[in-house]
Amino acid sequence: MIELDGLTKRYGEKVAVDHLTFAVRPGIVTGFLGPNGAGKSTTMRMILGLDRPTAGDVRIDGTHYDRLKDPLTYIGALLDAKAVHGGRSAWNHLLCLAQSNGIPERRVAEVLETVGLTAVARKKAKGFSYGMGQRLGIAAALLGDPRILMFDEPVNGLDPEGIHWIRNLMKSLAAEGRTVFVSSHLMSEMALTADHLVVIGQGRLLADTSMADFIRTNSRSYVRIRSPQPERLLDVLHQAGITVVEAGGGALEVEGGKAEQIGELAARYGLVLHELSPRQASLEEAFMRLTAEAVEYHAQAGPGPVPQDWGAGWKGV
Amino acid sequence: MAAVQVIRSEWTKIRSVASTVWTLSLAVVVTVALGMLISALSNRQFANMPARERLSFDPTVVSFAGMTLGQLAMIVFGVLVVSTEYSTGMIRVSLAAVPRRGTFLFGKVAVAAALALAVGMVTSFAAFFLGQAMLGSHRAAIGDPGVLRAVFGGGLYMTLIAMFSMGVAAMLRSPMLSLGILMPFFFLISNILGNVAATKKIGRFLPDQAGSRIMRVVPRVADDTPYGPWAGLGIMALWVAAALAGGYLLLKRRDAQ
Repeated sequence: MIELDGLTKRYGEKVAVDHLTFAVRPGIVTGFLGPNGAGKSTTMRMILGLDRPTAGDVRIDGTHYDRLKDPLTYIGALLDAKAVHGGRSAWNHLLCLAQSNGIPERRVAEVLETVGLTAVARKKAKGFSYGMGQRLGIAAALLGDPRILMFDEPVNGLDPEGIHWIRNLMKSLAAEGRTVFVSSHLMSEMALTADHLVVIGQGRLLADTSMADFIRTNSRSYVRIRSPQPERLLDVLHQAGITVVEAGGGALEVEGGKAEQIGELAARYGLVLHELSPRQASLEEAFMRLTAEAVEYHAQAGPGPVPQDWGAGWKGV
Repeated sequence: MAAVQVIRSEWTKIRSVASTVWTLSLAVVVTVALGMLISALSNRQFANMPARERLSFDPTVVSFAGMTLGQLAMIVFGVLVVSTEYSTGMIRVSLAAVPRRGTFLFGKVAVAAALALAVGMVTSFAAFFLGQAMLGSHRAAIGDPGVLRAVFGGGLYMTLIAMFSMGVAAMLRSPMLSLGILMPFFFLISNILGNVAATKKIGRFLPDQAGSRIMRVVPRVADDTPYGPWAGLGIMALWVAAALAGGYLLLKRRDAQ
């Protein structure tokens, strides 16, 4: 269990993480979603005690990170695949981490086996591809057999096989009852792995919801129409009390409308339709809309319900 | 317990990178070889020296002449031990594993200093015995008054130079910046400050000049240095303590990157 309480990080004027309060629970994969620069990595570094919060608090199983005895046995993290001394072998990299936390040496061999790096265990890390570096970082996270795992953008730069492997790994870790917290800037990736979703934008919490709820509330359906007689079609739909928006490129969109009803209306008035298609907005669009709204809200908000210094932070961006 | 774990871990780190081997072997080779060369030359030139120099001829110091250059390798060793944590990004992994930053830094410094001490002692004794062998009839013996202190002190001097570099690197984090300041400082600036009349009084309180007093057995003619060999080493140790304290305070306060 990871608990954040009003966690805030400012760099001078700029607010990177803004009063985040949420909990990451065991037994499920929790996705941590936000556009690049939303504050995901900063939040993760604060969870590990690497960066000091400007305000607020974060606890691991009720304890501050720097109070944990042998922290790698509580929480394992992959922050940055290239955070390895290139001149050191994979084996020695993991061995020094194991020794610092009193983890037996046999675990080094075990985790290397798990991530498939046994064959290159004695090779220097600087010769590793990005994917191999990513696997080494995951091996380090698994080393202490921790109950909590945290991965920052684990699928970045991986080939399809590697992505598939990581997805399955995260799901199986959660199925073993562990807490799995994984960040991404891609909604499509989260939709495939996460059971729960925490969305942030501009460092602020935008959503803390189950994946199923997020899909239900955010997958907007609409009907897309094209006609060579758009003016008349607009009048007809307007008279029928149907709201239409122009979607560009000559297309019209009817929010929540029924394709059958629109088709019948067009037929009754003898209008030609070139397209009449019921559509479902993708989760990616829903996510973009959510974060875009946050940006707009912030831009207009100024002092008020948001913290006083927010306006100043915005100018600095 | 935690400290023991950190020391084991840091030992694995230090023995598993090539830079440890090449910096420390360079320190030994350069110090000993240059010391032998200068000892041999001094032996040959002794008859041509002015009387004043002959009077204060210190065969022990002559055999340590290579240390001016050899200490640069020790500086590189000290800087790399600390700063590669930052230049590789390893610091984030290391501090996630050992979140108590004092335990992390002083565990690392303890391991590196112990290794530097072992290598420093070997270097110092080797430089002395091989240097004296080149000095012919002008040689000193290890049993002569003050000589064992000087040779032992030479090993301590090299250790303290490495530790000072670790402290500076912990403050500056960047290997290039640390080396760019320390190398010219100890190779050029400190010597200039120590030899120009106007700055001499300040110059001799710099870490290397104060510390190297311990390697001198025969005092210079009209020597007015206000401290003895051990007090000089003490001054150097204070510099080391200050550099490490600065490194610790900054590490404790800063975000890890």
